[in-house]
Amino acid sequence: MARQVLLGDEAVALGAVHAGLSAAYSYPGTPASEIMEYLIGLAAKGGGFKAVWSVNEKVAYEEALGASFAGRRAMVSFKHVGLNVAADPFMNSAMTGANGGLVVVSADDPGMHSSQNEQDSRVYALVAQIPCFEPADQQECYDMTREAFDVSEKLGLPVLIRLVTRLSHSRSSVEIREPRPENDLRMGNSKDWTLLPANARRRFSLLLEQQAGMVRLSEESPANALSLGGGNRSLGVIAAGLAANYFREAAAAESAVPSFLKISTYPLPEKLIRRLVDHVDTVLILEDGYPLIEKEVQGMFGIPGKKIVGRLTGALPASGELSPDIVRKALGLAPLPSQGLSDIPLANRPPQLCVGCPHADTFKALNKARESRPGSTVFSDIGCYTLGALPPYNAIQSCVCMGASIGMARGASDVGVRPAVSVIGDSTFAHSGMTPLLGAAAADTDMTVIILDNATTAMTGGQPSYGVGAKLLRIVEGLGVAKDHLRTIEPLPRNHETNVRVIGEEMDHRGLSVIVAVRECIQESRKKRS
Amino acid sequence: MKQDIILAGVGGQGILSIAFVIDNAALADGLQFKQAEVHGMAQRGGAVQSHLRISDGRIWSDLIPKGAADMILSVEPLEALRYFDYLKPDGIVVTSSAPYKNIPDYPDLDKILTAVRSAKRSVVVDSEKLAKEAGTSKAQNIVMLGAASPFLALREATLRSLVEELFKKRGPAMVEANLKAFELGRAAASI
Repeated sequence: MARQVLLGDEAVALGAVHAGLSAAYSYPGTPASEIMEYLIGLAAKGGGFKAVWSVNEKVAYEEALGASFAGRRAMVSFKHVGLNVAADPFMNSAMTGANGGLVVVSADDPGMHSSQNEQDSRVYALVAQIPCFEPADQQECYDMTREAFDVSEKLGLPVLIRLVTRLSHSRSSVEIREPRPENDLRMGNSKDWTLLPANARRRFSLLLEQQAGMVRLSEESPANALSLGGGNRSLGVIAAGLAANYFREAAAAESAVPSFLKISTYPLPEKLIRRLVDHVDTVLILEDGYPLIEKEVQGMFGIPGKKIVGRLTGALPASGELSPDIVRKALGLAPLPSQGLSDIPLANRPPQLCVGCPHADTFKALNKARESRPGSTVFSDIGCYTLGALPPYNAIQSCVCMGASIGMARGASDVGVRPAVSVIGDSTFAHSGMTPLLGAAAADTDMTVIILDNATTAMTGGQPSYGVGAKLLRIVEGLGVAKDHLRTIEPLPRNHETNVRVIGEEMDHRGLSVIVAVRECIQESRKKRS
Repeated sequence: MKQDIILAGVGGQGILSIAFVIDNAALADGLQFKQAEVHGMAQRGGAVQSHLRISDGRIWSDLIPKGAADMILSVEPLEALRYFDYLKPDGIVVTSSAPYKNIPDYPDLDKILTAVRSAKRSVVVDSEKLAKEAGTSKAQNIVMLGAASPFLALREATLRSLVEELFKKRGPAMVEANLKAFELGRAAASI
């Protein structure tokens, strides 16, 4: 058998390809971007499948759904908050079902290494009532992605794969198996795929009927492993995904290993959990993200005679990423001796805009223009320019979700904030900024939208951006923005005075203005030169 | 055999290139490895670290527990200090002495180096000077890999061949400069 060095993300990608993938779609976002990067690399080497950066996650999901409708195997991947954007087709795909295998990969970011929240994608699978797989290592990323396609086609439902940052971005060697061919074209049944109420009611009943079978699948899955220790009947451990590794690491050196259930598939394997709970007095639940298993096992009233402990009871921190150290502590083990931190204050080294970044020049000009315009408020968005929140710029007052800057600036302007400014990048604008601008243009809302056009999706490593340059200007004009108040600037130190003047003029204008700040990302222009 | 290494530095210093060499050297030498790394926002001039574990047996956790690291290998001295709580009581620190000052409150360098040298075992190398001597200031990471190489549970020949593989796309001059950087680092660590 061949072995390959792969990131967790890459192992998912290769597993999908070897499962007979026909098409994959994604929008960049840490920690999921490397799935599509890897697929695009394989496709370029003659993979035979489509691998596409989509305009946003909802679009990506619908593109994958179309491929599934046509009987082909499709995958859609994104970071956890991308699933919010795609929530509409996601929920409804549980109703249409999958024709060709449909696998949804959502990469969570517990601890918020580079995200605005630490929502748990397992909850989404629970709400949609579809199976969810949570691999624990790179090998399972590969194997379980292959299995996810099988389960998807067996049940006729999408399957969600939940990753976490530490697995997405951890590398190991993976044993790979023979690939299988793609499916032939075979259209879905239009009565299943047209969610008119009569069809939808029938589909929903079917989904509910399938639930018991899904639990049985979990109970039979080799990814869920129960080991009942004979001696120690006081403590048992349930650990999901990576937490299982932290537990095994900590327990490996101990003489009396607690009874242990590793969980990697949902809905939960009820019988396995019942056997563990029957065997011990106290059950410690270790899971990255929300206390989902803990809540289900505990229920509202608990289990008589048993103690269930975890994040909810304070045995583990209520939030944040798990680590081997946290799990050691929860197991009652002492910290390992170490050389300890020195008493020198370890100055933090936060991420910053690159030297020569065009956003830096835009923020300097914007800050200058704001000095003489008290009351101005800057709503910003998701991208490198979110770093404008930090010193030395301190230039933005909000960052919420993709595209929020434009809608929020409008809402604030509607209730009396002036000047209201939105700062958004070109890729974020294409993702979720066009629709709010269409509405604001129709109302000629008194606000200034600054689009930072650096011609790429920079923060995630330079993926394509579809509305840039002259096309971006035509889009903005087409959305109804008056030509007189559609301005462009070139953010360079030598243009500072001009840029301050242009931004100031448009902030003073009583109506909608759009300023496009055009200069290529410094990292991308460097890549082209080398 | 089991060796746990914390790789440290600042985004852009080539930490992941060091990881590439060690990962693949472990694979070539018939060992298991796991290597967790930081991507995305943390890369933009921020502190970057990678947990790298090699073993002849099964490795469970991708992350190294505090107190379990056999080595801190850092391309920057302040970044080496940041992870001392991961270092075993008899673990070794291999670090560059060249500071990367992109923050206003960078501590006093002498104090940092004194603290680094207070480790049970430490190797401090001027990677900036040696990289220039090797012919490219970009090779500080490979200087540090060379400096760590006498203490790694991997064969020197394997490491050298992977340095070659890493740079062969960029031409023979780059390969030569980086092999020299490896040599200079290794020699500096042996003094």
